[in-house]
Amino acid sequence: MPGQIYALTGNQIVARAAIDVGCRFYAGYPISPSSEIAAEMAKALPKVGGAFIQMEDEIASMAAIIGASLTGKKSMTATSGPGFSLKQENLGFACMTEVPCVVVNVMRNGPSTGMPTFPGQGDLMQAKWGTHGDHPIIVLAPAYHREIYDETIRAFNLSEKYRQPVVLLSDETLAQMSGRLEIPDKSELIVINRETPKVGPKEYKPFDQSQGLVPPLASFFEGYRFHVTGLTHDDTGFPTENTTIAEQLLSRMRRKLTENLDDILKWEDYLVDDADILIVSLGSASRSALQAINEARESDGIKVGMFRPITLWPFPEEALKKAARNAKRIIVVEMNEGQMALEVERILHRTIETVLRYNGQMISPDEILNRIKSYESCEAAKV
Amino acid sequence: MSKLAEVDYNQYLRVHKLPTTWCAGCGDGAIMKSLIRALDELQLPRDETAIISGIGCSGRFSGYLDYNTLHVTHGRPLAFATGMKMAHPKGKIIVVSGDGDSLAIGGNHFIHACRRNIDLTLIIINNYTYGLTGGQVSPSTPLDSSSPTAPYGSIEPTFDTCKVAMAAGASFVSRTVVASPLHMDKMIKAGLSHSGFSVVEVMSNCHINWGRKNEYAAAADLIKHLKDRSTFSAEESEADGKHLLGILRQDAEMKEYATTYYQMVEAVQAKMAEKKGA
Repeated sequence: MPGQIYALTGNQIVARAAIDVGCRFYAGYPISPSSEIAAEMAKALPKVGGAFIQMEDEIASMAAIIGASLTGKKSMTATSGPGFSLKQENLGFACMTEVPCVVVNVMRNGPSTGMPTFPGQGDLMQAKWGTHGDHPIIVLAPAYHREIYDETIRAFNLSEKYRQPVVLLSDETLAQMSGRLEIPDKSELIVINRETPKVGPKEYKPFDQSQGLVPPLASFFEGYRFHVTGLTHDDTGFPTENTTIAEQLLSRMRRKLTENLDDILKWEDYLVDDADILIVSLGSASRSALQAINEARESDGIKVGMFRPITLWPFPEEALKKAARNAKRIIVVEMNEGQMALEVERILHRTIETVLRYNGQMISPDEILNRIKSYESCEAAKV
Repeated sequence: MSKLAEVDYNQYLRVHKLPTTWCAGCGDGAIMKSLIRALDELQLPRDETAIISGIGCSGRFSGYLDYNTLHVTHGRPLAFATGMKMAHPKGKIIVVSGDGDSLAIGGNHFIHACRRNIDLTLIIINNYTYGLTGGQVSPSTPLDSSSPTAPYGSIEPTFDTCKVAMAAGASFVSRTVVASPLHMDKMIKAGLSHSGFSVVEVMSNCHINWGRKNEYAAAADLIKHLKDRSTFSAEESEADGKHLLGILRQDAEMKEYATTYYQMVEAVQAKMAEKKGA
């Protein structure tokens, strides 16, 4: 059954999807270009009995959603670069304590205050490595309006399923641009809720390794009375300085993701089978790339395809290798100084080219088309 | 002479996590026992109560008490607590924090929890210093104190926790001292019984990392000093900067934040139902 059709901005879609998947707590702090997500949530949450709070700062917003999630409520915050930096310590706390939550980062041009209302994709590496210490993280990077809806749903689902904070990377262009969205019928929606303990409070261990890679999570105020700490902890959740347990804990947290890649990874292959040139791009930059590819094929008969990670972290390595197998040239297109290019180079072990822009402007299809056609400048990119 | 209430402390403790990491003679143990006496007397439903702490010696409170407990990042327990309270407004949430945790790194959360008057109880243990990291200067370290980060004497002006709390809008503000367990029991109990943001500052002793550098190396000497530096007289406090003890503000009429929010939710939903019916 077809759903209703709306014209919505990317930010509005994030909020819409969050409500649809059952998000019932939002804490945020005003920051361009993400603020409309907070405004939409402030409007929507009271209608469904949920809680919205504008906190005193970005750090507090991140803390609040973790506190709320521990009561069993699906929780979200949204921000942009500077705020994302401030949230990093508590984002790490959520990784360490395995508390589900969703953090939206509407990327803008940086660093620092940068150009607050101009697009950028400079937070790809921060999204993976922003908090200190080794930690697992899932980062999703949609490129289209319907995909923003679907990936927001998936962000919550993965977060609940793997007891894991999930970062949704949007950008200024996607967030502010209105687009057509057909919202799927509620019956088609897949909603995953965290697994709750099957044992009673006396037997319950919140980090029980014997329960598999993702131990069930009890909610506060439901009789379990367990302990949660950012300190290295054992199966019971209490601090430990046992180095064997420390290693087991970090390994399990890593394996949660590495042993479930089939479920977590998502990407798009666009005309890669016969492609001599493979473009690797993501988010709004990939939309310019798409147009360039179509023009190159139609007007010039150049066989170009695109590999587009939708799950950015963990990076879909094997899928990229497969897509790049027959390509003679690899061109990474992104709005930063070459962050994803580093990853692509690492995975493919070969010379890659780049089309980069980091001045707050979108990359135009023409720039990409010029690169596609410029065989002579096919030299190693300085990344 | 009144006596301390007799309580089976073990019933409230995670006994297998004892002994505590605190130094012998530390005020934290006495404060934890006082909190237990208050919890025992009020009989707060165990499963509906959470205890949240941040970083520092006070951070360890949450691990020892048999409640829903959360030990978070430095300075942020009030922010975690605010989210938890809003998501589960029926819950009783107690935050245990220190002067470094709540007045310095967490100062913003402190003033805004006061401003919102959200129904949380903050027990802020003021021992003049960052005890856990070796006695560095905190926003409440007395002027001229010696410290690893003020080897020539502290030049930092201090915060008066209670005055900050009152100015920022907390509806219950009190101060007590670890030297007077009966008074401490009374203040903690009153704070926990209050609906709205309640601040209970407990002047406590870190004889190890503040005392040793400032002529109070023995717990008993520092506790006596704290008692001498405290007063029930507002005039005396004004005159020579002694810590003013007692309930300094108690306003039951002030709007509580979570209640106000959920009243708004009800109003929004009633309007929606009305629209649907019309």
